[in-house]
Amino acid sequence: MNSILLLSYLIGSVTFIIGLKMLSHPDSARRGNLIAAFGMTIAIVATIFLYEKDGARLHNYGWIFGGLAIGTVIGTAVAKKVKMTAMPEMVSMFNGMGGACAMLISIVEFNHLQHSVLLGGAVSIGVLVIIVLGMIIGSVSFAGSMIAWGKLNGTIKDRSFGAQQFINIGLLLLILVVTVYFLFQCTDAQQFTASGVTVFFYSILAVSLLYGILFVMPIGGADMPVVISLLNSFTGVAAAFGGFLYDNPVMLTGGILVGSAGTILTMLMCRAMNRSLKNVLIGALGSKKTGGAAGSKEQGNYKEISLNDTAVLMAYARKVIIVPGYGLAVAQAQHACHELEKLLEEKGVEVKYGIHPVAGRMPGHMNVLLAEADVPYDKLLEMEDANQEFGSTNVVLILGANDVVNPAAKDDPSSPIYGMPILEVDQAEHVIVNKRSMKPGYAGIENDLFFKPKTSMLFGDAKKVLQDLASELKQV
Amino acid sequence: MTEQLQQFFTQHYDLITIVILSVFLGIEVIGRVPSVLHTPLMSGANAIHGVVIIGAIIVMGEAEPDNYLALTLGFLAVVLGTLNVVGGFVVTDRMLEMFKKKK
Repeated sequence: MNSILLLSYLIGSVTFIIGLKMLSHPDSARRGNLIAAFGMTIAIVATIFLYEKDGARLHNYGWIFGGLAIGTVIGTAVAKKVKMTAMPEMVSMFNGMGGACAMLISIVEFNHLQHSVLLGGAVSIGVLVIIVLGMIIGSVSFAGSMIAWGKLNGTIKDRSFGAQQFINIGLLLLILVVTVYFLFQCTDAQQFTASGVTVFFYSILAVSLLYGILFVMPIGGADMPVVISLLNSFTGVAAAFGGFLYDNPVMLTGGILVGSAGTILTMLMCRAMNRSLKNVLIGALGSKKTGGAAGSKEQGNYKEISLNDTAVLMAYARKVIIVPGYGLAVAQAQHACHELEKLLEEKGVEVKYGIHPVAGRMPGHMNVLLAEADVPYDKLLEMEDANQEFGSTNVVLILGANDVVNPAAKDDPSSPIYGMPILEVDQAEHVIVNKRSMKPGYAGIENDLFFKPKTSMLFGDAKKVLQDLASELKQV
Repeated sequence: MTEQLQQFFTQHYDLITIVILSVFLGIEVIGRVPSVLHTPLMSGANAIHGVVIIGAIIVMGEAEPDNYLALTLGFLAVVLGTLNVVGGFVVTDRMLEMFKKKK
């Protein structure tokens, strides 16, 4: 390979490593992203102009630049316009695009291989294995990512059926068996170009896509970020297979780095929820059953509180801690929340926010939401710090958060969220919970907090409630 | 077939070494990440695996004018790969923009 091309690939690989490292620290994260983008650009441009195979450079520049242009325009437009709360979906969508890219590359290369064998070349099993594996992983990632996107979107509901796990494992075995058989068939060059072999190849593709879909289908929407992280590392591995195929060092390093870093990140995310990956993948099946059983239990009575009483309670409090959750994001109530915070502070009330690591739909979701509303960064307390302060807090206002304040995580060993550290809001004097209704939240688990003596329910859409509260406060 | 595999290993030894070292590197680089950065990191990693677009460019660039499969799928692959790269980096940048500390 051309030495300048190799140098560009080296630069690319190094920027990926540095970029990822910098992305792990708040101060350097943004620069890390830019550095990696820069390295990527160099690698891409160098490939277009300097890549050579058997002495020939690449052609079809019109197609290449056309494709790049279209992808850039659409990608930038979509990425800039998407709402903050739709970020995880976007990551999933773009991940799916990468997986699909790997899948398509495999299809074309398989086709090329067939033609070259037809012209008398030998079948290289190594190349074939790479092509097939790249295709399987790329397809699973593509299909799974699209389902994850649909779930976070709300378009696709959690769906699972009794034998789901067995079917999934069965499909996986099917893919394995058919692939191995297929590879053995291919060792015979004559067999290789027979249409039977082609059918096999595309069936492996179809089953892989199906597996991707069924893999993600049963998993609860609340667990999507973990799944997306896992699919992210899958696509990385698919990219690495592409790197093997073309003997391309930058595809290899980029792919493997993401494959391995992505796996670690997935494990970190699971740890933040105090759930094992296996638990997450087995999916909503478990929690739905528990949710159903608990729903029929007598839950006890809950108290409601009026807007006016809430306003008075908060106005005369010394310290108020707000616990935001997904409900705040759905209602897009972050600005109304900030307004309320400012009004309370004017009245001499100390206001802070208790942020649970998995509040919302992704880690950091609440931080992003509140930052968008210009809530000062130093008002946001991480869970450990917030838990220290609840004891001295007069009023906790819970805005659409559910699992992160559910005492079942501490008290109920049969609960799916048992063991997850929560925000210990019941140490405060008063707890006010804002939800739209008494229906269980996204995870489908009942929450005993709502029935405790210190807790009152304030029903309504978060945005409207906060705005009305603000009006009431002005009159107190 | 083991003959072929052995040959494959020796031929590609350097690349195989890079792979194994990269696995360890990926693990090391992640280290301790504050949970607030989990999502931007995931997004950044997502953009980086868009490097798969280089394969798409090669496919597109080598496609013969009469090979419609390579031309269409190659073009589609380039578009999809670009979406992954560009969309990925832009979305990550947006997420990180929000984490600026207000001075």
